[in-house]
Amino acid sequence: MEPIRKHRGVVAPLYKENVDTDQIIPKQHLKRIERTGFGQFLFFDWRYHSDGRDREDFVLNHEHFRNATILVAGKNFGCGSSREHAAWALGEFGFRVILAPSFADIFRNNAGNNGLLLIELAERVIQRIAEHADKHRPYHLHVDLENQTIADDFGLSESFEIDAFRRHRLLHGLDEIGMTLEHEADIARFEERRKSRAMQS
Amino acid sequence: MQKPQSLFEKVWDSHVVRAPEDEPTLLYIDLHLVHEVTSPQAFEGLRLANRKVRRPDLTFATIDHNVPTTSDERFQIKDQVAAQQIATLRKNCDAAGVQLFDIGSGRQGIVHVIGPELGLTQPGKTIVCGDSHTSTHGAFGALAFGIGTSEVEHVLATQCVSQTKPRSMRISVSGKLPEGTTSKDLILEIIRELGTDGGTGHVIEYAGEAVRSLTMEERMTMCNMSIECGARAGMIAPDETTVAYIDDRPYAPKGSAWDKAVSEWRHLVSDEGATFDREIFIDGAKLEPIVTWGTNPGMSVPVTASVPNPEQARDASERAAMISALEYMGLKAGTRIEDITLDRVFIGSCTNGRLEDLRAAAKVIQGHKVHPNVTVLVVPGSEAVKQAAEHEGLDRIFKEAGAQWREPGCSMCLGMNPDILAPKQRCASTSNRNFEGRQGREGRTHLVSPASAAAAAVAGRFVDVRDWEYRN
Repeated sequence: MEPIRKHRGVVAPLYKENVDTDQIIPKQHLKRIERTGFGQFLFFDWRYHSDGRDREDFVLNHEHFRNATILVAGKNFGCGSSREHAAWALGEFGFRVILAPSFADIFRNNAGNNGLLLIELAERVIQRIAEHADKHRPYHLHVDLENQTIADDFGLSESFEIDAFRRHRLLHGLDEIGMTLEHEADIARFEERRKSRAMQS
Repeated sequence: MQKPQSLFEKVWDSHVVRAPEDEPTLLYIDLHLVHEVTSPQAFEGLRLANRKVRRPDLTFATIDHNVPTTSDERFQIKDQVAAQQIATLRKNCDAAGVQLFDIGSGRQGIVHVIGPELGLTQPGKTIVCGDSHTSTHGAFGALAFGIGTSEVEHVLATQCVSQTKPRSMRISVSGKLPEGTTSKDLILEIIRELGTDGGTGHVIEYAGEAVRSLTMEERMTMCNMSIECGARAGMIAPDETTVAYIDDRPYAPKGSAWDKAVSEWRHLVSDEGATFDREIFIDGAKLEPIVTWGTNPGMSVPVTASVPNPEQARDASERAAMISALEYMGLKAGTRIEDITLDRVFIGSCTNGRLEDLRAAAKVIQGHKVHPNVTVLVVPGSEAVKQAAEHEGLDRIFKEAGAQWREPGCSMCLGMNPDILAPKQRCASTSNRNFEGRQGREGRTHLVSPASAAAAAVAGRFVDVRDWEYRN
């Protein structure tokens, strides 16, 4: 997992609530057996006409946003299906940070497991960032995970909360399985305890 | 005296492997269900890291998302990418020694249908699967939730998940559900009330008289859709209904182990005085049949109502969402739900693809004919459900009415197989999600109960199933 400490990038606004993972990557693109190759299918139905042409009205098709690395979205981003393909597609497109008033639980875990930083901010702040991103194209944000702040070139400066453990993993790009296996003895003890309890009766 | 505990706390606490401060809890998993779509990358990850499946004996797999539902294509999948994904699951299960309930085995089916059916799903267990509708298994008093593929890999390698302890919520439903309404209508009502993110970060316990009187299959429908209000899991305390359902199923404990298990399950209730982070009370006696009109499961109204007006939205963001949903759905505010005509009806899915669901739909459709403008797909949730339904003659009732009787799988719930809507087609569906494109690009999905779906199939439009003229 690629670590993320400080990041400066262009912000793309997708200020809609309840963007579900079926929108982030539709089902017909979930049949691959690899972890890669999903970026091209990101927001597929919103991004392309059914004949494959770009939909000009979709934000990521605007020249200013094609290289965006930060997405600003409405509340409950990533709701619905548990498909991690959504996190893979966002990452492969180039996104490193997503800002929203709230995120769905499973998507939050999937993002964390793929080095994607999710930042929750108050609705009014998100709305302001989305407006800026739309108005000042290209609009940049500086994200500092170490100090838990974001700032723009127009005087906006906000701090954000993040779970300490998730922050630690993102800062160092740590693989969760490796971390858990350091406690293999605890798992083995738990299994042993259960086995002996089952034998007793 | 020990502090009163909720059902959720009891199950959580008994599975804690490690709970350091400022870190997620390491939670032991009793049952890991696996399917073809969210597992290949997990098995591949294990191989690359030279890791093994820690507990193949606690891991069970089946094939459900991709499988075609016609009898000829079922064993000869034309979609080569889908076929490869299925072949990969077979190879992975074989290499790891994981039991696979393969197509044609008599035990294949939607993962959330076969877990309970085989007796694998039991009270007090922790259950995960790379699928958000894993919440279904909470109907047995298990703690069950969906996970992503990295977490699937984590469970394969460690038999644990790393989780921050969710908050708790109890939804108590009083009274008795009126005739013609079902647990599907109840959960849709709850989702509308809570909103699609009202349950985020919570495990919901459903309680109260109305819930206690539900059958196991009805309880599964409720817990299944807990994820649609954002909840981590839904749970219902086990009781006599639960015990009777599990008794004698293939993987249920037998003999003295059964007696011991049942006596342990009796403790799996929320203690008197247990506290919840949030409590909600609902009057079940006032429930009406519900139909969704929009593009998330919270956008619903009673069948007797009309499509709502975005001007009634609580804020600008909701108004924008409503306008966009109406446009996508091709609906105008103020249209009576009963005036909405349909092209397709889908009866099936992990929400409503069980035997009782098919019985309820068959009871409505029996002696009637499907409307000439409507194509109806009935897809049993598993090979066992299909066999049982055919044994009762339900297949004949559906076929005589003009519906298509298919082979088991997820089918049109998400349309990963060939069962999809054409653009702009409108479908009454017993599934769980009405998201844009869910059943096919530009397809329009309305979520309803099996009885309402069957009535809509006959009428060619939504009707109030409480007024249905039964012909049996």
